[in-house]
Order: sequence, then C-alpha cells, then structure tokens
Amino acid sequence: MSPEVVLPIIIPLLAGALTLAFWRSTFYQRWISLFATTALLGSGIWLLSSIRETGFVVMQMGGWAAPFGITIVADLLSAIMIVLTGIIGLAIAVFSMAATPDKHQKFGYFPLMHLLLAGVAGSFLAGDIFNLFVWFEVMLLASFALLTLGGERAQMEGAIKYVTLNLFSSAIFLSAIGLLYGMVGTLNMADIGDKLSQVEHTGMVNVLAMMFLISFGIKAAAFPLFFWLPASYHTPLVGVSALFAGLLTKVGVYALYRVFTLIFIGDTGYTHTILLWVAVLTMLTGVLGAAAQFEFRRILSFHIVSQIGYMLLGLALFTPLAIIGGVFYIMHHIIVKTNLFLISGVVYRLLGSYDLKKLGGVYKQRPWLAILFLIPALSLAGIPPLSGFFAKFLVIRAGLEVDAWIATGTALLVGLLTLYSMIKIWAEVFWKKLPEGIDDSRLISNRTDSQLLVMLIPVVGLTLCTLYIGLNGEPIYQLASDAADQLLNPAAYIEAVLGENL
Amino acid sequence: MNDKKTKIMTFNTLILHTAALFLLPLQLIFSVFLLLRGHDEPGGGFIAGLVASGAFVLYLFAHGVASTREIMRVEPRDLLALGLLLGLAAMFPGMFHGEAFLTAQWWEFSLGETDIKLSTVLIFDIGVYFAVLGTILTIVMSLTESEE
Repeated sequence: MSPEVVLPIIIPLLAGALTLAFWRSTFYQRWISLFATTALLGSGIWLLSSIRETGFVVMQMGGWAAPFGITIVADLLSAIMIVLTGIIGLAIAVFSMAATPDKHQKFGYFPLMHLLLAGVAGSFLAGDIFNLFVWFEVMLLASFALLTLGGERAQMEGAIKYVTLNLFSSAIFLSAIGLLYGMVGTLNMADIGDKLSQVEHTGMVNVLAMMFLISFGIKAAAFPLFFWLPASYHTPLVGVSALFAGLLTKVGVYALYRVFTLIFIGDTGYTHTILLWVAVLTMLTGVLGAAAQFEFRRILSFHIVSQIGYMLLGLALFTPLAIIGGVFYIMHHIIVKTNLFLISGVVYRLLGSYDLKKLGGVYKQRPWLAILFLIPALSLAGIPPLSGFFAKFLVIRAGLEVDAWIATGTALLVGLLTLYSMIKIWAEVFWKKLPEGIDDSRLISNRTDSQLLVMLIPVVGLTLCTLYIGLNGEPIYQLASDAADQLLNPAAYIEAVLGENL
Repeated sequence: MNDKKTKIMTFNTLILHTAALFLLPLQLIFSVFLLLRGHDEPGGGFIAGLVASGAFVLYLFAHGVASTREIMRVEPRDLLALGLLLGLAAMFPGMFHGEAFLTAQWWEFSLGETDIKLSTVLIFDIGVYFAVLGTILTIVMSLTESEE
C-alpha cells in the first residue's frame, strides 16, 4: 500500500473542490492554494524518496489487476516531474497571492489552477494510455478556461488557435489509441510495450508511432505545429503564462519520452530519425522566431519552442547520455522558464507593459531585480556554471558521440542565438534609458510595496533552484542518470506493472 | 424596455407555468429514483443529475432566474463543490482498510424484511449527482443572467 503515488493527483483535486466550496472568499482560496501546493510538493518528494528505494511504485485503482484495471505507476522520471510540478505549483500559488485581480478569482482562477495541476500530475502518473488521454483532457479543459479568464480580445484570438490545434491533437491521439487497441487488444502501456515487441506488421506500428508523434508533438509545441504557443502564451495573466510555460508543453515532452522509450522502440532507425529532424527544426524555428519579437512574453514563448527541441534531441539520439541530457534539460528548463515569465510579470507590475520599446531603466532603479533576471536568462542561454550549461553540454556531448553533426551544430548555434535574445531583453528592459512619457512612479518609488515583495518570493526561490542545479550538479546528474537507466530498460517497468500477470 | 426583455426570458404561458410547478417535484423524485437504481440497472448519478437539472431549468424558463434561486435556496456552485467533495470522499475508505484507492466498500444490514446495501459507490454517485446538477445550473443561470 503506497498512498504517495496517488496523493499528487488527490491533493490538487481536493484543493480544487475546496477552493470551489469557498468561492465567496478569496482569502481562504489563496491560503488553501498555498497549503495544497506545499502538500503537493511534499508528496512529490515523498514519492521521489520511496522510488529511490524501490525503483517503481505501482497502484491498481480499485484493486482491479493490470492490464484490465486502471494502473497508476511512477518511475523515477514521473517522480521527478511530480516534484517539479509541486515546485512550480507552489511558486505560482505564492505569486498569485499578489498578482491576481479579484475579477479573475471570482471566476474560478484557483479551482482551475488546481484542476490543471491535477491533470498534469495525472498525466505523469498514468500507466494506461487511455487514462493518459483523459488526464490530458482534464489539463486542457482547465487550461482553456484559464487562458480565456478575463475575456480580452487578444486572449480570445490566442485561445482560438490554442483550442483548435489542441483539439486536433486530441483527435489524432484518440484515433491512434483506437488503432493501437485494435492491434494489441490492451490499453495498459506496459502491456502494450510487451505485446508490440511480438507484433509482425512493423509498418503499422510505425504509422501509429507517427500518429503519436504528431499528437504529442503538437502538445509539446514541436515543429511544425507549434504556432499555437507563441500565439496564446502572452495573452493571459502572467501567473497563468508562467504555469503554462513551465508545465504544459513538458507534459507533451514527457508523453513522447514515455511512448518512445517504452512502446515504439522496435524500429528506432526510422522513428527516432524523424524525431531527430523534428528536434533540429524545432530548435531552429523557435529561436529564429524569437529574434523577430519585441514583446517580453512572446520572446520567452518562442524560446520555449526552441528549448523543447533540445529535449526532443535528447530523446531522438537515444543513447544513455542523450536521455540523461534530455531529463536534465527538462528539470532545468521548467524552473528557468517559469522564473523568466514571473520576472516579466514583476517588470509589468513596475512599468505596466510587456512591450520592450516601452520599457527601460530597470537596472538603475532596481539592480537586484536585474540580477534576478540575469541568472535564469544566462542559464537559459547555457552560460557556465548555471544549470543550462550542464543541460546543453550533456545533450551536445551525446550528439558528438554519435556523430550527429548537423544536430549538434544547430544546438550550438541555437544556444548562441538564445544568448542574443536574452541580451536583447537585458539591453531593452534593464539597461537602456526609460523612453519618454512612460509612467515610472512605481519604478522609482521608495515605498515598500508588499505585493511586489510577495511576487519576488517565488522569483528568488526559483533562482535559488537554478543555482542549486548548476552549482551542485552531481546529485542532479545522478538522478537524471538513474531515470535514464530506467527509461532504457523498459523490461523492468513492464515487470513492475504487470507483475505475475506477465 | 425592461418589460420586453423579461418577456424574452420567461415564457408567460399559463400552461407552462402550471406544468413547471407540478413537474418540478415529480422530476426530482424521479431523479432520486434513477440515482438509487443506478447500481445494478440503468440509471446512476450522471443521468439522475441531468434529470434533476432538467427540472430546475424548466422551472427557470417558466418563472425566471430570481424565483428559481429562491426555491433552490442554495447556490449551484455550492452544489458543485459539495458534489466534488463527496466524490473525493468516496475514494478514501478503501485506503483505511489497506486497499488501493477507490476500492469499493460495502456495508450491508437488514431493515425489517429488506436487505439494505450501502457502499462508497453510492456516495460517489451522489457526488456525481450534485456535481452535474451544480454544473448545469451554474451554466444555465449565468447565461440567462448575462442575457438579462
């Protein structure tokens, strides 16, 4: 009996129901959210530590044995993702205490946030591909609502693209599940992995692999169907943007890691080569798209796309070192990207804009904020000794080992262009003089702004996480390495889930 | 102007007015019947919740939002929250017996001649019932109010 594996799903669901019950009082909603996300982080750490001991934690819902019942299963990758979900959830809950207008809270900001977290955690823990679909839908439903909360014109425009492409992706996902079920007669991922290794028609398996690649690729914002992301992520409240930026696309990446290490490993020469090109083009288009932008959050959004490319590259190279690099990259990226979005929110609070042309002079008035920006920004660009350097280093080193010259070259180039983008933000927002006619009363005022202080708590916390990953890389590397070991030995996963029913 | 608008929202026909008054209790009783019947035969929390919300929606069309709120006495959003909490509560009893989450627990006892079987499944179904009722009424009432 191991409750820690379901707690990460139950806690946000319970918090969602409780915040809904207290819909009249924003005070209770905020505190419930704070406690719930802390508990989520705690349960994630509990799960991680028990997985360090046992390798896998499996629970069959309602006592119905796999492969017939619903399986909740956690391996090291799932546990890492759950811990990260907890960290991001907590950061957003703290940030939202200060930065959420009453109007949004009245229309269910907090219940939706918890529903989203439940969907994300459920996706990481689902051991059954249909349940993975259901959790995806829970997550998307909550994200549709969060995205349009506030009801501004730009939000609707972004939401239409977001909803259309994501529904398209869900439809492909569902058809692929149907076809897969028709082929192997099971939905349990471990069982599918076991049965597919005995299937004769590899052609059909490859078709299915491509369907999953397209579907999860859209959710992960991979090339070519990534444009929903930069079209929508800069429109909602900054807390929502940061939550999405940290977690949503990474659920797609996680799903790709899961199916392309467990299920579709029969013909890696075909599937993982396509994945490699997708990764290369994702990196390149993302970073080139960012170069043309002049809106804080849009630049960051395009960089999500390009960073997704690195994670996919790790999966596509499919060597132990590459997978370690990919997992390390996911850990680093979730923290850094959320942090950068939160900083854009702090700047917005000071100067009331996200447009780089209307910002400036922050360094002169608030040098500490500039430093808080510089750490994650340089980490994103991969400057040593920050976390991004090690993440990029591992992936690129893995690329060199298998002579993937084009992919490695692109990865290096994209790193350089990322630095260019970060320097652009630095120069425009922090360094240059504030343009004429911008209201800077908040920027230069000496009065203690308690809301601003609350907004800075998660920024500082996440910056410390980045520094920790960078300066104390060894245990994190070890963690990623153990996770990669598990991913590359699907037999252990299959045995853990199916046990004696194998 | 005001008169005209309220006319759009409530259909002022005598037949509908009277019918809604009579149908409301009947539909609610029927929904409870469906809810309890659900375990072994067609029925259950979802369909029962739909029937119950149908009852209130019909009343709303005939008499307007304000009087529907009056007879309901509770906010639909509270019903939704109650439903979710009941549904979640049904997950835990299994765990206290050392079994997996969501494992159904049964309590059987006799009341006179009849055997009564209570279970966590029923709690879950009641939760679904309230959640469906709360969701649909929240949607319908918000739409009607925004139009008014």
